[in-house]
Amino acid sequence: MSLTELTIADAASGLRARKFSAVELVRAHTDAIAALNPRLNAYITTTADEALKAAQQADDVLAKGEARALTGIPLGIKDLFCTNGVRTTAASNILKNFVPPYESTVTANLLRDGAVFVGKTNLDEFAMGSANITSAFGPVENPWKRNGDDAALVPGGSSGGSAAAVAAGLAMGATGTDTGGSIRQPAAYCGIVGLKPTYGRCSRFGTIAYASSLDQAGPMARSVRDCAIMLQSMAGFDERDSTSVNCDVPDYSAAIGRSLKGLKVGIPAEYRAEGLSAEIAAAWQQGIEWLKAAGCEIVDVSLPHTKYGLATYYIVAPAECSSNLARYDGLRFGERVPGDTLDAMYEATRRAGFGPEVRRRIMMGTYVLSAGYYDAYYLKAQKVRTLIRRDFTEAFGKVDVLLTPTAPTPAFAQGEQSDDPVQMYLNDIFTVPASMAGMPAMSVPVGLGATGLPLGLQLIGRPFDEETLLATGNALESAAGFTHRPAIRAEAAK
Amino acid sequence: MTYTIEGKTGAWEIVVGLEVHAQVISHSKLFSGASASYGGEPNTHVSLVDAGFPGMLPVLNQECVAQAIRTGLGLRARINLESRFDRKNYFYADLPTGYQISQFTHPIVGEGTVEIELADGTVRHIGITRLHMEQDAGKSMHDQDPARSFIDLNRAGVALMEIVSEPDIRCPEEAGAYLRKLRQILRYLGTCDGNMEEGSMRADVNVSVRKAGEPFRTRCEIKNVNSIRYVMHAIEVEATRQIEVWEDGGEVDQETRLFDPSRNETRSLRSKEDAHDYRYFPDPDLLPLVVEQEWVDALERGLPELPDDKRDRFVKEYGIPRYDASVLVAEQAIADYYEEVAKGRDARLAANWVTGDLFGALNRTGRTITDSPISAAALGGMLDLVSDKTINGKIAKEVFEDMLETGDSAAAIVERKGLKQVTDTGAIDAAVADVMARNADKVEEYRGGKDRLFGFFVGQVMKAMAGKANPAMVNEALKKVL
Repeated sequence: MSLTELTIADAASGLRARKFSAVELVRAHTDAIAALNPRLNAYITTTADEALKAAQQADDVLAKGEARALTGIPLGIKDLFCTNGVRTTAASNILKNFVPPYESTVTANLLRDGAVFVGKTNLDEFAMGSANITSAFGPVENPWKRNGDDAALVPGGSSGGSAAAVAAGLAMGATGTDTGGSIRQPAAYCGIVGLKPTYGRCSRFGTIAYASSLDQAGPMARSVRDCAIMLQSMAGFDERDSTSVNCDVPDYSAAIGRSLKGLKVGIPAEYRAEGLSAEIAAAWQQGIEWLKAAGCEIVDVSLPHTKYGLATYYIVAPAECSSNLARYDGLRFGERVPGDTLDAMYEATRRAGFGPEVRRRIMMGTYVLSAGYYDAYYLKAQKVRTLIRRDFTEAFGKVDVLLTPTAPTPAFAQGEQSDDPVQMYLNDIFTVPASMAGMPAMSVPVGLGATGLPLGLQLIGRPFDEETLLATGNALESAAGFTHRPAIRAEAAK
Repeated sequence: MTYTIEGKTGAWEIVVGLEVHAQVISHSKLFSGASASYGGEPNTHVSLVDAGFPGMLPVLNQECVAQAIRTGLGLRARINLESRFDRKNYFYADLPTGYQISQFTHPIVGEGTVEIELADGTVRHIGITRLHMEQDAGKSMHDQDPARSFIDLNRAGVALMEIVSEPDIRCPEEAGAYLRKLRQILRYLGTCDGNMEEGSMRADVNVSVRKAGEPFRTRCEIKNVNSIRYVMHAIEVEATRQIEVWEDGGEVDQETRLFDPSRNETRSLRSKEDAHDYRYFPDPDLLPLVVEQEWVDALERGLPELPDDKRDRFVKEYGIPRYDASVLVAEQAIADYYEEVAKGRDARLAANWVTGDLFGALNRTGRTITDSPISAAALGGMLDLVSDKTINGKIAKEVFEDMLETGDSAAAIVERKGLKQVTDTGAIDAAVADVMARNADKVEEYRGGKDRLFGFFVGQVMKAMAGKANPAMVNEALKKVL
């Protein structure tokens, strides 16, 4: 089997068994990037030379028998994680030349465990978007094609570059961040697994903020087990992030293959929403059958405030972003456009530095926090958020995990939904509620739709119960036997 | 007696509330590990958090919280076991993140009170509305270059306590007394050095005027006044301005003003219409701050004796007048000095010497109590010589001046100069007889009823004995022969 088709788990055993070297493994990926990235645009910055050096060191470590969980494994890093000495752009012009002198906690954890970074993956600017079309470095192309149609499809967003890279074999796994669905929705669009952990599970230190109360880093990979391996490394308390939670990190891989007998799986009625495509409804029903067969008990539940999720999200997230992005003012780092006065410099810098979607969200956020509107918007949204969280808490009194679709449709073509921002926002209708509630959630590919595109189902768990997500996700994965590969991929390009 | 300002239409009362920004004494900043110390080359006390770099997050400094709680306890205020941090959003070059982290809706300290004492002995209680923690901004320097401004972020992120008073202050004197008292409490607690010249304590002054019995009228806020004297001037100047506006049929606008001490006037900085919309909201990077009552109790047990308590104890324990006690507790170091002098000695005499001769000497030499040329032990040693009648009060003054000059102990000076008091009745009687003989006419006048000449005889005898005679014994000897 080609090195770019392996799972992380298999590659780790292969490296230990000396079936191939870390240099060979990493080179296979950097070559694939060189070949395919000009088309897919999954990476903003590639670091082949540094990666090959790191691979040589990994081979030394392997030779000494001191390998750690990710030694020699090539990963892509979403370009929202600050990486020491490597340009970090947030896919924005305002940071297009920013080289942080520090490492984010999540990437530092991965490096500690031996991972090799092959580059910084593309994303929607400042993680704001659902199709990876707002990047200042251009859109990412989804490696999947509709049957008999070469139209460029979107990979989803905002972690579209990470999803496309993992799907196409340009990385064995990648980091993502998820604020309202930015790991799960692109994972579904690209036919890979994406896990958004519980808010507070992974440190936010060194990750460029979009909406602080929602942002959460997580793994994206080609199998549930690979997500478990990556999360093991990424998760943990960090005293530099006051919102990270100090609780033990369990052995996530141990959850894989766990029996699901008697596990109660909730099916929320409100997710049978308008706009849910027939093929996704069918995949959902298939998922229910598979879990039944695995010994789960299926329970109908209600999450009555689901319908307010998206509206609430589009108040809270822009409010926080309008404040979080104030630091990009051209003064201390990043790009500066001169002006005659301080205010003129701010205006010119931020007009040139931010794209339309970022500007739109800053304006929405500024508006909802303004005197006279705060109570009607932000305060009301916080109250609704509490109700959404309560919906989940009540549901988890009855069931152990929830099963829903990840997105209402499969991937769409570039340009198809981009003229109406609200239509675009609807892509996140199923992922936003779990984000608002801080619950862990995962998207698992379960099959192909009528046009040959991957379909994902979402599992939502109790806070800090990523293990049940992994166990259930693994059961779906096994039952689905999802082995489909996209049209554009490293192996096929040879 | 109410303080009023006389206008064309009669007497006006003034209403003042103060917002004091006090820089917290701590090693590091409120949300970062960078040094909070004053001075240093520009931009040398700055962490990536302070400079607002991408992905940097605030982590609350526990010592700053402890200092805020200590201050709250010192103001006899309610400690809120749960408080929150909000973001106050505005753009400025010396505000790296574009927002100041502050406590807007849920401050750590609630209502309290400060007791002030005026020159005429009146005691008043000024209510404290709240105390909250917030970050300081950096410093913009516009005078370094003709075309550019420079930014120093050393102060960016340093912890401040904003202490807000109720509008209970009714005259400039009360405002001054309040600020002095507040500064005294902060210094006792060691939570702020109270140094207004260095900017570690500064005041925003809210002023309005009204006719007796009226509800409050519109107030103006005078920003960043940096001395107690200026606060008192600014209140008077601003109140006078407002009275003129009202009396001319105008309307006082709610606005922010600046006090210009060189022209003794306040100027409009920005009107209510131009006021910033700070878009406050809870900082999502920080959890609500929850403190345990046990910790608050432990901090309370660790508090020093506060000035009011110390004053009352001095009155009771040392039997000195309340006024003297107030003077002695003005600073912790003075109180400590006094107590060392007074312990086991005549406490009233000690108070007189400390507040009289010692303060005078410090003033003359430009020294403070902490670098006093005469230590408490040395002054105590001198008082011991007075008590055991080795020297009398008059000689003591001479010895004190010598101590100040030479730094020698009182005993050494008495020895060196032979100033030991004469208590030999023979020598005194002889001196008395000699003075009587040389002033026979005066003796006649005295015996004829001119009583006040007695002082003259005492003076003559003391002079004859170079001031060293025991005054009581001289009195006695004179009475006997006269």
